[in-house]
Amino acid sequence: MLRNEETRSSRQFLSGNEAAAEGVRLCRPQVIAAYPITPQTTLTEKLSQVVADGAFPCKYLLVESEHSAMAGVMGAAMMGSRVFTATSSQGLLYMCEMLSYASGSRFPIVLANANRGTATPWSIFGDHRDSVAMRDSGWIQFYVESGQEALDTIIQAYRIAEHPEVSTPVMVNIDGFTLTHTYDPVSVPDQETVDAFLPPLKTTNRLSLENPKNLCFNIGPDFHMESRYQEQKAFRSAEKVIAQADGEFTALFGRQHHGMVERYRCEDAEYVLAVMGSVAGTTRVVVDKLRAEGKKVGLIKVRCLRPFPSAFFAASGGSCKALGVLDRNISFGYEGALYTETKAALYRPGATVRTLGFIAGLGGRDISKADLELMYEKLENLAAGKPEEEHQYIGLRWS
Amino acid sequence: MKSGTKPGLNRDYRLPASEGEMIFGTGDVTGNLTAVNSGWRTFRPVIDGGKCVRCLLCWVYCPDGVIGKEEKDLTVDYDYCKGCGICAHECPRAAISMVREVS
Amino acid sequence: MAIDYKNLSDRELIYGQKSCPGCGATIAVRLALKILGERTFVCLPACCVSATTNVYPETSFFVNNVVTAFPATGSTLAGMAAAAEMQGLEDVVILGVAGDGGTADIGLQALSGLCERNDNVIYLCYDNEAYMNTGIQRSSSTPWGAWTTTSPVGGTAKGETKIRKNLFDIIAAHRVPYCATASTSYPRDFMEKIAKAKNIRGARFIHIQAPCPTGWGYPAEKTIEYGRLAVESGLWYLAEYENGEVKLNLHPPKFKPVEFYLKGQHRFRHLTEEDYKVIEDQRDQEWALLEKKIKS
Repeated sequence: MLRNEETRSSRQFLSGNEAAAEGVRLCRPQVIAAYPITPQTTLTEKLSQVVADGAFPCKYLLVESEHSAMAGVMGAAMMGSRVFTATSSQGLLYMCEMLSYASGSRFPIVLANANRGTATPWSIFGDHRDSVAMRDSGWIQFYVESGQEALDTIIQAYRIAEHPEVSTPVMVNIDGFTLTHTYDPVSVPDQETVDAFLPPLKTTNRLSLENPKNLCFNIGPDFHMESRYQEQKAFRSAEKVIAQADGEFTALFGRQHHGMVERYRCEDAEYVLAVMGSVAGTTRVVVDKLRAEGKKVGLIKVRCLRPFPSAFFAASGGSCKALGVLDRNISFGYEGALYTETKAALYRPGATVRTLGFIAGLGGRDISKADLELMYEKLENLAAGKPEEEHQYIGLRWS
Repeated sequence: MKSGTKPGLNRDYRLPASEGEMIFGTGDVTGNLTAVNSGWRTFRPVIDGGKCVRCLLCWVYCPDGVIGKEEKDLTVDYDYCKGCGICAHECPRAAISMVREVS
Repeated sequence: MAIDYKNLSDRELIYGQKSCPGCGATIAVRLALKILGERTFVCLPACCVSATTNVYPETSFFVNNVVTAFPATGSTLAGMAAAAEMQGLEDVVILGVAGDGGTADIGLQALSGLCERNDNVIYLCYDNEAYMNTGIQRSSSTPWGAWTTTSPVGGTAKGETKIRKNLFDIIAAHRVPYCATASTSYPRDFMEKIAKAKNIRGARFIHIQAPCPTGWGYPAEKTIEYGRLAVESGLWYLAEYENGEVKLNLHPPKFKPVEFYLKGQHRFRHLTEEDYKVIEDQRDQEWALLEKKIKS
């Protein structure tokens, strides 16, 4: 283990799940409840060991389902405790009912989701159809590119979720296997620095003997909309808080994750691809290669699906000649969800940017550099007025 | 007569009149009674203190907890009595009669 | 602990709720809170009690309470108890209150997890023998022959066709430190069980029969009467499981004929003398099983 004396962090060779677990350890939740599911399992196994080793005071609830995992951490959050859970795919879908309970009542729960396709057909491999299906559950959603970003985003997630103006649960999405089970050098911060960034949870949205409360009310038509309006305002606040948290994080830890959305070599780019998750890493390499060849290409890494960086797309997303959106999900009967969202954000009077929606990487299908180069080529074709179908499958066996 | 220990209607309660007065999330104070239940009743229980031997069966069986035992005679909180009649039905001394409400 | 009504507090910790007149479930919650006191944290799922106590802006509980999802009483309680332990709140009670559908059907998995982990929780199931909050649909605790809106009576159907689950046995099979049945018509017995449960650590389960005038179809004043008849006719029993042993709290020397219990209830009014015999046979089989479990 190498120690960097300047930033007081240690450099370790960790899988994405292990890195996320390190992030959780450093945030010291009082209650963890989790249920095993591939490819999340190694994350909660590691936490189980860390708790058993007494690394920090924590009650680890061995629940009998994901529904109970989310209900269990919600129960603890109701009592004012910091909590954590993790899941994947069918497990996330099984939690669905509790996700909206937790968000509607504004509990700052943090959940790591190892992205995986949803049955059927069965697959343990990665895509975003699980978390995208939960887009409207009222959770903030991050998608990360690396194990390092998984660790850092878990720490940021608590800071954001627990901010009094936000007080909303956060889901950190980590691509199954591509990130969860691949190893990279990861800088693990020390406890003091994390403590300086993340103070203990303080909230009045809890039960207590001093101020007894009713939580999780039934609210009828008279005030229901006002309650939902509050939730939407929390997401508006989150946009600001996410940027602030990232700024402070950078100052303390020396790493920047660019808040809700990152632009990579987009300044003068003519052909830009928007992606979420681990494929951003491969796309950077492709962008560098094509740039070296003199092509004006760029990458937009969408880190948050909710809140969606709509203002970013409205302001700058349309400045290129052609914008492609890569979705590792599909909403049957229409298109990829990120594509729909992006187009809606771009739409405004006089908008001229041409767009293509790419579907790739479903159920663990690899997205190669050649696939990404092909996408940029199609964007170039589109800008040049050559015929390109708006919706395209990349990497489909027969096409 | 209302027993002093029973909770009462929160007469000062007003629904939120502005965004700032709205509850946060789904949490609010406990024990906030904003409507009485007396209108549910067709018959009201009347306790005959002379017959009552304070066995407290009515007090214990009353679903709504409206019978008070802090006074010399048992009391009934008519704001919250729904008139179910369990007290009269179970009274071993027939000390409680159900009297029709007149509007 | 001997219960003397005179010494119980006159203060109500649930009050003004909008339950039907004569509601047995409300009796159960009210009396439980009398024993458990102010330092109780209540967790309810969707059920009659939550629907009649927790509609904004009215709150009828005078202690901390939450409403969780229908299947999640056991799991939410587990989290609450875990947090209480981590925060060092040793002298509090984490109390679950759920109906029979929320316990025996949709909530059974989470409850099983709670019992297996032996979480430090009291779980009170008030059994009104159907989904009453949604308008009288059968649950797995609805007795044989009972009419509900989903176990109707018609040309070929005469009410519920299945024998109810025995929750007492299911929970005792988890080897929890304390498990009991009770009846709202036997409040002293019930409150003694609550008091006993309060002084035990771990998962404690009390299953109380709570007659429902609306769903069963009898006049509201007869809630106590029907609960008593259920016990006297042997169709409900008062028992405890503790330290690996089953104990009967009340053994009627001779069962009353079941028709005294069945006849006045709308839900059983289609039953014939032959059906009464079927119910008595079921009862006798259940008691034979029960007696085998009781240490002589």
